Amino acid sequence: MFRRLFGKKEEKTQDEVRLEESLQKTRSGLFGRIGTLFQANEITDELWEELEELLILGDVGMETTMELVQRTQERVRREGIKSTQDAYLVLKQEMVRMLEPTEPLHIDEPRILTVVFVVGVNGSGKTTTLGKLAYRYKQRGRKVVLCAGDTFRAAAIDQLRIWAERAGVDIIAQTPGSDPAAVLFDAIRASQESRQADLLLVDTAGRLQTKYNLMQELEKMKRVAAKQVHKAPHEVLLVLDASTGQNAILQAKAFKETAGVTGIVLTKLDGTSKGGAVLSIQKILGVPVRFVGTGEGIEDLAEFDPVAFVEGLLGE
Amino acid sequence: MFESLSDKLQAVFDKLATKGKLTEADVNAALREVRLALLEADVNYKVVKDFVARVKERAIGVEVMESLTPAQQVIKIVHEELIELLGKPAPLDLSGPPPNVIMLVGLQGSGKTTTAAKLALHLRKNGQRPLLVAADIYRPAAVKQLQILGEQIDIPVYSEGTEVPASTIAKNALRHAREKAYTVVILDTAGRLQIDEQMMQELEQVRMVTQPRDVLLVVDAMTGQEAVRVAQGFHERVPITGLIMTKIDGDARGGAALSIRQVTGVPIKFLGTSEKLNGLEPFQPDRLANRILGMGDVLTLIERAQEAITEEEARAMEEKLAYGDFDFEDFLQQLKQIKKLGPITDLLGMIPGMNKMAKAVDPQMAEKNLKQVEAIINSMTRQERRNPALLNASRRRRIARGSGTTVQDVNALVKQFREMRKLMKQLGLTGSKKKGRHRGRRGPNLGGLMDLFGG
Ligand SMILES: Nc1nc2c(ncn2[C@@H]2O[C@H](COP(=O)(O)OP(=O)(O)OP(=O)(O)O)[C@@H](O)[C@H]2O)c(=O)[nH]1
Ligand SMILES: Nc1nc2c(ncn2[C@@H]2O[C@H](COP(=O)(O)OP(=O)(O)OP(=O)(O)O)[C@@H](O)[C@H]2O)c(=O)[nH]1
Ligand SMILES: [Mg+2]
Ligand SMILES: [Mg+2]
Repeated sequence: MFRRLFGKKEEKTQDEVRLEESLQKTRSGLFGRIGTLFQANEITDELWEELEELLILGDVGMETTMELVQRTQERVRREGIKSTQDAYLVLKQEMVRMLEPTEPLHIDEPRILTVVFVVGVNGSGKTTTLGKLAYRYKQRGRKVVLCAGDTFRAAAIDQLRIWAERAGVDIIAQTPGSDPAAVLFDAIRASQESRQADLLLVDTAGRLQTKYNLMQELEKMKRVAAKQVHKAPHEVLLVLDASTGQNAILQAKAFKETAGVTGIVLTKLDGTSKGGAVLSIQKILGVPVRFVGTGEGIEDLAEFDPVAFVEGLLGE
Repeated sequence: MFESLSDKLQAVFDKLATKGKLTEADVNAALREVRLALLEADVNYKVVKDFVARVKERAIGVEVMESLTPAQQVIKIVHEELIELLGKPAPLDLSGPPPNVIMLVGLQGSGKTTTAAKLALHLRKNGQRPLLVAADIYRPAAVKQLQILGEQIDIPVYSEGTEVPASTIAKNALRHAREKAYTVVILDTAGRLQIDEQMMQELEQVRMVTQPRDVLLVVDAMTGQEAVRVAQGFHERVPITGLIMTKIDGDARGGAALSIRQVTGVPIKFLGTSEKLNGLEPFQPDRLANRILGMGDVLTLIERAQEAITEEEARAMEEKLAYGDFDFEDFLQQLKQIKKLGPITDLLGMIPGMNKMAKAVDPQMAEKNLKQVEAIINSMTRQERRNPALLNASRRRRIARGSGTTVQDVNALVKQFREMRKLMKQLGLTGSKKKGRHRGRRGPNLGGLMDLFGG
């Protein structure tokens, strides 16, 4: 019914099904309860308060929660909505609207070589996501090369090599400790020349956004890419762990400023965490979620669909 | 920008004009802000509720002390309660017959492998003979990662590859440790979700065969509201004995530690403060409480300064200051150092009492001012930088043109610089006499910089 509201097709894509399956687990959880709430109660002040609590528990954050609740309240009043069911739909709509990207992903555009950076704080799932992306785009007929841009973390290169093997793609790496910008330079060269690749996916070391020198390193890598390839990097994906709380917003802000983040990959959504912080990120920074990670396997990556995401979170 | 709790409470009480005892209305108004601050810090919603109730009970009717404002009085109570709830730091349990086993568990990517190596280093410094065990057979290159870390600190790593069940590896490692007289065995386990039944069973098996004295949950400081359920999930299956919170070297407030401590009752044992293997600190309730409340954290500022500025740089600057021959070249150098520390408003926010100022400063303006100052100095000749007395009217006009500023801008900077130098001479001389060698552990002098944004 909700799907119809948005004029979406009834058929669910494979991505949607996978995402929903992984989110099924959370339905019985907190967000699931929002649905029950709306079914069981009259539209009262208490209801709004409880709703607020549930959104906060989903890491949506105070500010965005208030805004969502207020907007829903306003519309309920303005449109003379009486049933809790309809109010529920309004909330869903507001959440989806908040999450809808305004621009298409730049990876699929025709281009001789597309360069994608994957950045983020330590342990968020960058390297794993890179492996999954390589596999995904290889399946779609792209010629993919991986760049081992994390030369710092112990065994980071070995880890990426294993993913390259699993995905069946080439990898360009140097020795641990070498300059990531130099590795990138080589990788771009190789992609353009010997490997004839059309998609270069660049792994980077995990870094907390407060580390000035490390953030500068990303800027340098960006400059190297821009010099060699027109308008590169074409996408800079910030990998965000779904269990992250309010720091997610500071992360997105800082990485957008220095690395020019264009999209989010929300990982570990197969856990019980809701990843509600992405609502604030989209609202405040206008950075859309592009993919979600739903496991540790190579296929556990789905394109982000706001409708499926919100449906999965709130339950039908 | 975070507005600190103390500023917010100050604003609340400015409106209330409280005298004498804290009334219920005072307390309610204040607690709304406390609640918000804690939620912003990722303390779990329900934990916040309980906490606020506790504070309320304590605060109503409290006599406002002469020396404190009502806002400070409430902060004091909140702070004390927070420290109480965070509990005392607890050491590792090494009381059993060696080898004592420490097992690290947690979600994917929380920092277990790194922390295992850090613990090993820490224990060896305390006279133990630690053995690291690679019991993560799933994550690509997990064994290699631990081996490399072990090599870096010269501590042996027991591994059997990835084809053998984790519990078998753990059991064999324990036998190996007994034979070779290791005194502590540190088990690095794979990251897992607390709802992954199969993986949780594996953890139970590893625990059963090794009987660890310590099962430590490794949690990322950035964790949000789910921390509670994650901790409970692990605690139910492999009773945990302590908590290690990693990645607190960032700007996450770390409220998850309070939540987990509340629902499990286990002590917080260590904090991870760096990717490097010496980045492990015993937990200090006071500092963590400040952090959760978003209060000024000078220590963090100093640490950041230490990371960004090399010892030689700091020492050279210190000497300059001591001899009073600070010139525009040094000034430029100092600006560069300060820029490395991060946005200027963040820095001000970390200094207690400077929060208001941080807010008054428009970050864009501040950065622009900095750029302007840099441009002016860059337009000076070397001689002019070294000897500012040379700066006559015509030179100043040239500099203004060169830097795209006005003569007034240049004049203002020169004046500020003179005052700053006077101030520094005083500070520098007295400072170096009293302290002598300062082991280079010194942050940048922010005094002069403040002037740049004063007006
Ligand atoms: N359950 C689950 N685990 C994931 C997902 N994505 C990554 N992981 C796990 O998270 C852990 C960290 O992943 P990495 O890919 O190494 O993270 P990273 O960001 O590259 O880490 P650093 O390079 O150390 O900063 C690994 O154990 C991964 O298997 C996901 O979507 N779901
Ligand atoms: N800045 C900072 N980074 C840390 C800290 N502790 C760990 N890390 C980084 O966090 C990332 C993940 O650390 P790991 O030790 O691989 O985490 P893990 O829990 O073993 O990960 P899995 O085995 O995949 O579950 C790495 O990039 C580490 O360097 C810390 O205290 N501060
Ligand atoms: Mg990585
Ligand atoms: Mg590990």
